[in-house]
Amino acid sequence: MSITQESPGRSRSTTRLINHQFRYDLLSFWNNTQSRFFTILMPVLFLLLFSSIFRHTKATVPGGTMPEGVYYVGSIIAYGVIAASFTNLCVTVVQYREAGVYKRRRATPVPSGAIIGGRTLVGCLMGLVMAGILLAIGWFTVSAHLSARTLPAFVVTVVVGTIVFCVLGFAVSTVVRNADAAQPVVLAIFLPLSFISGVFIPVSSLPHWLADIGKVFPIYPFAAALVACYNPHTKGSGLSWSHLGLLAVWGVLGLVVAVRRFSWLPNAE
Amino acid sequence: MISIRGLKMSYGSFEAVRGIDLEVRPGEVFAFLGPNGAGKTTTVEILEGFRHRSGGEVSVLGVDPADAGGDWRARIGVVLQESEPEPELTVEQCMELYAGYYPRARPVDDTLEMVGLADRADSRCKNLSGGQRRRLDVALALVGDPELIFLDEPTTGFDPSARHAAWDVIDGLRSLGRTIFLTTHYMDEAEKLADRIAVIAHGQIVAAGTADSLGGRGEQPSVIRFGLPAGMVITDLPRDVLAAGATMTNGVVEAKVPSPLPLVGVLATWAAGRGVDLPDLSVNRPTLEDVYLALTEEH
Repeated sequence: MSITQESPGRSRSTTRLINHQFRYDLLSFWNNTQSRFFTILMPVLFLLLFSSIFRHTKATVPGGTMPEGVYYVGSIIAYGVIAASFTNLCVTVVQYREAGVYKRRRATPVPSGAIIGGRTLVGCLMGLVMAGILLAIGWFTVSAHLSARTLPAFVVTVVVGTIVFCVLGFAVSTVVRNADAAQPVVLAIFLPLSFISGVFIPVSSLPHWLADIGKVFPIYPFAAALVACYNPHTKGSGLSWSHLGLLAVWGVLGLVVAVRRFSWLPNAE
Repeated sequence: MISIRGLKMSYGSFEAVRGIDLEVRPGEVFAFLGPNGAGKTTTVEILEGFRHRSGGEVSVLGVDPADAGGDWRARIGVVLQESEPEPELTVEQCMELYAGYYPRARPVDDTLEMVGLADRADSRCKNLSGGQRRRLDVALALVGDPELIFLDEPTTGFDPSARHAAWDVIDGLRSLGRTIFLTTHYMDEAEKLADRIAVIAHGQIVAAGTADSLGGRGEQPSVIRFGLPAGMVITDLPRDVLAAGATMTNGVVEAKVPSPLPLVGVLATWAAGRGVDLPDLSVNRPTLEDVYLALTEEH
């Protein structure tokens, strides 16, 4: 397919069109029962479940132990952000591509940057909203308080995470070949990795070899960086450069795959 | 509007389009016919800028679609063969989204009115019936107020009344001076709408012209057809009819003649003289479908 070239000097109108696309993609997100359930309700349910079940136990974390209920606030925020940015984005991108929605949009003057930008903004916004909702629930149910000292690190980590996982959503969408496979494939990546990355089970409770596998992938550094912001033994700002660095590496990898492989046309064409 | 010279398209060693020439003039409805796999969709997608060609010259609105940009896309409207509208938006929201893509969009209400979807404005796109979805396809292609409109099988799956409604829309566009490039499987649609028709088979144009003249249709003989009255044999017919080469199969007599009227006169006098009627008498030129089938089969 020929990607039509956009003439220079159109950046202002592209900004307007990103905003236009964003509004309608957000509306599409909100109108979709499945995305509301999997993206918003599931993480909330998980947080309520995990923090009630493990209310009286302790999780081993760097520097000592912390209440496991509080641990799960940090790790389920990672889950919620990934569900909103990576999972939901990847599934809808595959579905829209295969149904010809993107092909039709490309038959109009809308620049490709507006379509990608608008959809990415929805993923980022939903990631931030989910982080806010889960933070608030944790705050009031298990007294998971963020200190003013680690709050900036928390915000930076959430922002970097939403962007990286949106990029990874686009990257993985290029290897899913049909719309029916999108949801299963994405869950088959997301759920097992979550189990070995400290989302549902603290890494300290995992066999070493399993934890070591998990530490290669991007979910671990994201969850660990968020838990660190809640960890009372964390020194200084709580900003974890090694974790953010690994996330960034995955972001760059995802970007390379997405740029090289992304197509607007259904797979059959 | 559209000018194609020696267009070629290959997929590996398979030549889907093997050097075609076409010219579409401003303000005309041009129908592009051909069987599945003849190279029709490939050609249309090259014109729409979705595919790169292997060879030849193509100009659409004075621009090569292979390197056309947003300004060019704002001047064309495309109804694709298989593509869903935004599934989670309502019809009206979907139209607003698309209207926002164009620098000079038509009003959304008017456009929905034009295709007869105004009463479904608040329905989710995914809940529309097949025919309604196709009408939305057309509305989305028109909302940018394009000069040139590509309609790829716009009425496939329509019931007869919806097809006639769609034809009225296309007629309306013609009267507004828009140029339309139409592909269709329905010969009556091409005959009703098209100013000119081209037929593609095996990647080549096998005929081009008006509906009346396509493939030498204008010069072909008319067919007189009637059932032989009960109790008669073919040799009872007037000599002129037999001389015209009349043949009979299953009691139905057929004669092919360049000008049918004298022979019909002879038949009428003959039947009246014997006190019989010929209630199923018909005189027909070969239909566009007959011509089309002959053209696409022999190639």
